[in-house]
Amino acid sequence: MNNNIKVGGHISRQFDEELDEIRSRVLKMGGLVEVQLDKVLDALRDGDSAAIVDVETLDDEINDLEMQIDEECTQILARRHPAAGDLRLIIATTKSVRDLERIGDEAERVANMIRHAMDHDASKKAFKGLQSLTEHVKELLHETLNAYARIKTRSAVKLMRKDQEIDDEYSRVVVRLIEFMKKDPNNIADGLDVMWAARSLERIGDHCINICENVIYLVEGQDIRHIDLDEVSEQLS
Amino acid sequence: MNTAHNPMSEIAKETYETVGQPLLKDPKMHVRNTNVFYGEKQAIFDVNLDIGRNQVISMIGPSGCGKSTFLRCLNRMNDTIDICRVDGELKLGDLDIYDKKIDVVELRARVGMVFQKPNPFPKSIYENVAYGARIHGLTDNKVELDELVEKSLLRCGLWKEVKDRLDEPATGLSGGQQQRLCIARAIAVNPEVILMDEPCSALDPIATATVEELIHELSENFTICIVTHSMQQAARVSKRTAYFHLGKLIEVNDTSTVFTNPQHKLTEEYITGRIG
Repeated sequence: MNNNIKVGGHISRQFDEELDEIRSRVLKMGGLVEVQLDKVLDALRDGDSAAIVDVETLDDEINDLEMQIDEECTQILARRHPAAGDLRLIIATTKSVRDLERIGDEAERVANMIRHAMDHDASKKAFKGLQSLTEHVKELLHETLNAYARIKTRSAVKLMRKDQEIDDEYSRVVVRLIEFMKKDPNNIADGLDVMWAARSLERIGDHCINICENVIYLVEGQDIRHIDLDEVSEQLS
Repeated sequence: MNTAHNPMSEIAKETYETVGQPLLKDPKMHVRNTNVFYGEKQAIFDVNLDIGRNQVISMIGPSGCGKSTFLRCLNRMNDTIDICRVDGELKLGDLDIYDKKIDVVELRARVGMVFQKPNPFPKSIYENVAYGARIHGLTDNKVELDELVEKSLLRCGLWKEVKDRLDEPATGLSGGQQQRLCIARAIAVNPEVILMDEPCSALDPIATATVEELIHELSENFTICIVTHSMQQAARVSKRTAYFHLGKLIEVNDTSTVFTNPQHKLTEEYITGRIG
């Protein structure tokens, strides 16, 4: 049974409430991760050091939510023995929560790199070059969370294509950074910082795609990891 | 009987197709276009199902869905109900189960049954196992019969527990032991198929686990059909699962598919606790 996943409607209303609670916590966690990326963007644009502190503070809250959701999923597995769509919801949720937590870690890593760069003009300039990539990654995260909230397979597949554009953009950033470092060996340390930050942003895109794969697993019951995207589109259509 | 307001009769007018893989190559049992009636009331609707060799298949579904009625068709246990009528083609290998010439006692030796409540005969442990073999003339002498009793009890993991008290009444055993004794009694006549109608519903979790392990071991040599209300049990013991709803066979699939990604909405709703 696919394309028609139903979260509520159990005879046990308590079970419905438990699943609703988990889903709203995941969305809250996603919201916090989105705010982290907003703050990263503020720091990149304006050199806002308070924003960097906020990213770190938010990460603690995100980690707490990850543990709470994991515990709630464990309780549901132990006490409710979920099956079919309910089981896939729990599996998809525990996996997605891990990805969200890692997105939080990557955002914190980028924020730390920006903090180091604040004292160096050359580095600051190089970091500005990451704004567009950050904006696109933030957009991808936002749409990924929408796909999870609305449980939409089609949006998830669309987003997986979008990540390919982010990968291409990351490759262009790397080429520019290599040029920047080639110009002057003194740029190497700064260039590497920016490169690591770009790498973290690209990884955030990958985590978003993992969440999209989880949404597809949840709706369709199909594990599409490691399958070519065109093949996935064909299978799902 | 007026069936105008009977929801079952309304369903009978619909045509439907069982979702999944109800049919197999070279099955042990073969059921086609089978309908069962209790008087005017139809309990099973046009069921088509193959039961695989040396496989465990679970029948699940809400109370009154017809799963036990269907199970009882497979060794003509429904013959004992006067108003029950079975239509369709039901075969054990090439044997037409409902052929009028068939010896039903012989059929039930080939398709044994274990019931919900352990029902040992009011005889000794030994006699419970030996009884079937004796009436079917499966052994020539006492030594062979002793060997058969021991082998059957060993296969059911009961030998060690009862070998020193074979002459004691079977009713003195615990519920779990009695049920394993009933299974030993069923396998002593070397059936090809064992039907189990909620065999663990009267047992505690430990006795249930023992019987489930036994079902798993027996499936190497026997074909087993089990009706269960415990979906976890169906998930644990069976290779295939069949979902019945209001007398119709809605879905048959590999158990792993049924419990992770059922193909029919009604199956999904039942196993996720959305319909009772």
